Amino acid sequence: MMEPNKDIWVFGDYRNYFRNRVTLQILARATELAARTGGEVCAVVFGHQVDEFVSEYRAHGAGRVYVLDDPALKQYSIETYTFLMCRLVEEFKPETLLVGATQFGKEIAPRIAKKLGTGLTADCIDLAVDEQGRLVQTAPSFGGNLIARIITPNHWPQMAIIRPGTFQELPHDYDAQGEIVPLVLPRDLPADKIRCVTSEHRPSRKRKIEDADIVIAGGRGMGSKGKFKKLFELAELMQGEVGATRPVVYANWIGHDALVGQAGKHIKPKILFSFGISGAIQHTAAITNADFIVAVNKNPNATMMKMADVAIVADANQACLGIIRALKERIRV
Amino acid sequence: MLNIIVCIKQVPMVSELPWDSKTGTLRREVAPGMLDPASRRALEAALRIKAGQPARISAVAMGPPMAEEVLYEAKALGADTGILLTDRKMAGADTYLTSFILGELIRREFPDFDLILCGSQTSDSETGQVGPQLAEELGIPDIGYARRVTIVNSSVKVERHVDDYFEVLEMDLPGLVTVDLAAYQPRYAPLEGLQAAFESTDIRIINAKALGLDNTFNALKDSPTRIIEVFSPTARKENRVLKGAVKKIVDGLFADYGKVISGALGKDLKTYAHDGE
Repeated sequence: MMEPNKDIWVFGDYRNYFRNRVTLQILARATELAARTGGEVCAVVFGHQVDEFVSEYRAHGAGRVYVLDDPALKQYSIETYTFLMCRLVEEFKPETLLVGATQFGKEIAPRIAKKLGTGLTADCIDLAVDEQGRLVQTAPSFGGNLIARIITPNHWPQMAIIRPGTFQELPHDYDAQGEIVPLVLPRDLPADKIRCVTSEHRPSRKRKIEDADIVIAGGRGMGSKGKFKKLFELAELMQGEVGATRPVVYANWIGHDALVGQAGKHIKPKILFSFGISGAIQHTAAITNADFIVAVNKNPNATMMKMADVAIVADANQACLGIIRALKERIRV
Repeated sequence: MLNIIVCIKQVPMVSELPWDSKTGTLRREVAPGMLDPASRRALEAALRIKAGQPARISAVAMGPPMAEEVLYEAKALGADTGILLTDRKMAGADTYLTSFILGELIRREFPDFDLILCGSQTSDSETGQVGPQLAEELGIPDIGYARRVTIVNSSVKVERHVDDYFEVLEMDLPGLVTVDLAAYQPRYAPLEGLQAAFESTDIRIINAKALGLDNTFNALKDSPTRIIEVFSPTARKENRVLKGAVKKIVDGLFADYGKVISGALGKDLKTYAHDGE
């Protein structure tokens, strides 16, 4: 087998383009990694009439963009895209393949990795390169409360799924001169075993917690669904968003889209208020980019309290009411 | 008759875990186990299919011997059979090898399966990778994040909401579907049902040898990914602790950190001392 080259490939996931910036974010970090390993950063785009995305990727760090533009690829398809990506990886032999953690990305990356016979790290919160040029993938692990650094030493390509919001996209470079490589659809593309009956764009109208400057997060320590609702009042006063831990989402105190954690949203607020959250890793790994954390918990030894800038030892519900009262007194109308 | 396999997992009840302040880790070994919530919804999807047509539901789990509990629970809920894959050699398998082991079992025991259902992601490791990788292992199509799963003639119809798209998809069988946490209100087993299930004897235990894996098989060693370092998220910054009466704490918070708060808010806050101004 031909030796893989040093190129870093990024799957061009352009659906929901203006809300979904993860491909651009990965391109930015890939540019830093490639500067160390000496490879080219390449975006790979499948679809139909995708010129605007190709230029966007080029303007955000891709030194080369492979494009498969064909009416047959109009619909996102796990089966077809898996087939094509594996075919291209085997042909061009990039050392690394990175995919953003959209739901589509989380579905397709495991299939690609399995088909190529390589490892895959889910939900990476950092990427680096070690002295030997290997990709070091940092991700929450053990389902408990630890973070692991993972490598894929003996299999190829090195593959990782990256959590949106982990990296900062590069500014738009209008003079970018990246190469565009148009490719032709293989003739032996297998028939898709999945048929799309309907596909409707239904964006949620809510503001996104990932982009909020202030997040009010609540855990089971809030006591009950009724008391948890007080967090919404606080969020409204602060024009912030309410987030929640997994037990709270499972208990139906709030919808799944408020889940802050490994299986939910990664946040980077200027201030995070954390009420009644003990701090399991799935949650804490998703808040490491918060600038300032105020945690409230009865248990001063809770992980969340140790991570906080200000740890308030109190009943979460009482403290929430106290802060609401104090804010109402202090906000200039 | 529709031959359905449901892959389920036992997960630690993390919310009940005590924190070990010395090592900074959760004491998982003392955690009671429970049926993973997404697995429960996958089973629920199977039970609803079975309510409408002749079907046979086989529950499959992989894990330590105690994971047998979730198979008894699955039986109490209405699964027809249960198999536990357990072996020290399987411990530490990453998703690549886990999907290989499950695939070996299915090829051996259920060569004529129609539909495999998995949770879209388990509550402990949350990778969401085993379902799609099992489909790849078996060379069948898969659809993730299903909210509704129904059988239409010889295909499966799935409704899902992914990446801001609501989709209705149809997939040829055999195929694999992963069921989302937002799907269905799952049922819970009545106590009598659980007792009856525990008294029944037909949870089969299969180890690496019975699966035909040779002596050199070692999931931890054979997994393509390797963990080189593990650490606790670092404690950070000043970590100022405030305690006492809530009113006093809150006043202290605004007195000392009012600037940080107003900066994030993007507006000025009155200081308490000049309340009247």
